[in-house]
Amino acid sequence: MSDILAVDKLDVRHGLLHAVRGVSLSVAKGEIVAFVGANGAGKTTLFRAIAGAHRPTGGRVFFEGADITSMPDYGRVRQGIVLVPEGRRLFTQLSVVENLTLAGAVRRPGKWDLEAVLEVFPNLGRRLHSKAGNLSGGEQQATAIARALMTNPDIILLDEISLGLSPAAVGRVYDSLQTLIKTGTTILLVEQDLNRALSVADRVICMLEGKIAAQGRVSDMTREQITDAYFGLHRAAAQGAGT
Amino acid sequence: MMDWINSIIQGVLLGGYYSLIACGLAFMFQVMGIINLAHGTLAILAGFAIWTVSEQLGVNPFVALIGVLPAMAAVGWILQRGILERSARAGQLVPLLATFGLAIVIENLLFEGFGADTRSLAPYLDTLAYDSWAIGDIYIGQLSVLIFVVAVALLGGLSLFLSHTHLGRAIRATAEDPDTVGLIGINARKVNAAATCIAMLTVAVAGMFLGMRATFTPYSGSAQLLFAFEAAVIGGSGSLWGTLIGGIALGVAQSIGAHINPQGFLIAGHVVFLVILMTRVSVVMPAFGSLARRLRRQPS
Repeated sequence: MSDILAVDKLDVRHGLLHAVRGVSLSVAKGEIVAFVGANGAGKTTLFRAIAGAHRPTGGRVFFEGADITSMPDYGRVRQGIVLVPEGRRLFTQLSVVENLTLAGAVRRPGKWDLEAVLEVFPNLGRRLHSKAGNLSGGEQQATAIARALMTNPDIILLDEISLGLSPAAVGRVYDSLQTLIKTGTTILLVEQDLNRALSVADRVICMLEGKIAAQGRVSDMTREQITDAYFGLHRAAAQGAGT
Repeated sequence: MMDWINSIIQGVLLGGYYSLIACGLAFMFQVMGIINLAHGTLAILAGFAIWTVSEQLGVNPFVALIGVLPAMAAVGWILQRGILERSARAGQLVPLLATFGLAIVIENLLFEGFGADTRSLAPYLDTLAYDSWAIGDIYIGQLSVLIFVVAVALLGGLSLFLSHTHLGRAIRATAEDPDTVGLIGINARKVNAAATCIAMLTVAVAGMFLGMRATFTPYSGSAQLLFAFEAAVIGGSGSLWGTLIGGIALGVAQSIGAHINPQGFLIAGHVVFLVILMTRVSVVMPAFGSLARRLRRQPS
């Protein structure tokens, strides 16, 4: 499979905080990659930098071989990269259908239109004219994913889609994700729930303090390797062995 | 009794003009959170532009407006890209200072170009400037009615535009969360520039009616800004229809004030504005709202 996305020595800062430190990675077309790590590991910042919402201080981002580092966020959506941000960030004063059709105006070719997303999220059909701010957490998350799909993306970045949702709502969101996976869309996923992330991902990237601590195919990595990288235990063990 | 009814009717019609002049100010505040202190002066600029076209070509101001609208839209684009966008990056107060400075620059350029003479568009209107309908003892000016109808149509049209068009929805989304619209493929800079263009179109219409119903000089803008600001604050920042209600409340207050005492025209409007501001302040400016709440908690 050819790479659809590549990140080369990416550095991102929030003021004095060096949130992403020289991260390099590549993602193949149709791949599902889970990013795991503790809070503050740099996952969200990395996603925002890939989506163009946060300007990197160093390094480059390539999409289908083209350098898009200086491209603004709206330009990347038109290229086919879309982010479902942490906290959903819906336009709460707009109705559900307005949220969806706004994103649909990108007019990229593809299978996703209002009818298609409502097949995946049938509950939204009954709430189309409700203000997005009046929806439940699960419905808001469904709207956020549906809104991203309306842009007909080649890559979708899902940042903490289970955050703040009830277990039942998380289950429904992940059920709908299966439909998305079947369409062959490339998915990058930040998820605190390790079991959920590993249940859908082909590959897992563990981040720690802004760097990639470990990565590999889910089938090739043991649960222990992942949790050690998640908590930085592999480094502590290496330091312990060196002393 | 008829005098009171007449005062209220005249006040309502005057409110139509106030809502028209407040429309662009409220629109820019709702969309970009910017209070444009050059708003009144820009209306005067449009008035001078329409006056110049009418004077030079001998055409009706309504015809002149057609030529001035694209020019004012261009002014809006330049204003947003050249001044508002840059100044907004430096904090909330900087656009206030920038637009205040812009108003002074425009006033002095107009003074340089047109002098201090008063101008009016009324001479180009034939009888519309003074014709009225008589209903018993009450005389209703045709121009006042036209201004009111245009104000309602403009506010209604803008409301429909915001809810039924893609650009309107994009403007509302950008107003709510300018950092997120980019994540669904919308260029917030372009949307804000388009919104400022629309605001300037309404300013052009308001400037035309200002010149039809009264005289103006290069320095008439600050009074218009005050009326626009008062109407927008009385109506609240939540909706465009609030601007119409605010304009009418201001117009009726002034008209009744003038009926009670000839000197009471302006002061009655200001009093209503202050009363509404004190009760509404927490909605309009949260910082002042918390201050007002603290003051209310002070033991007397």
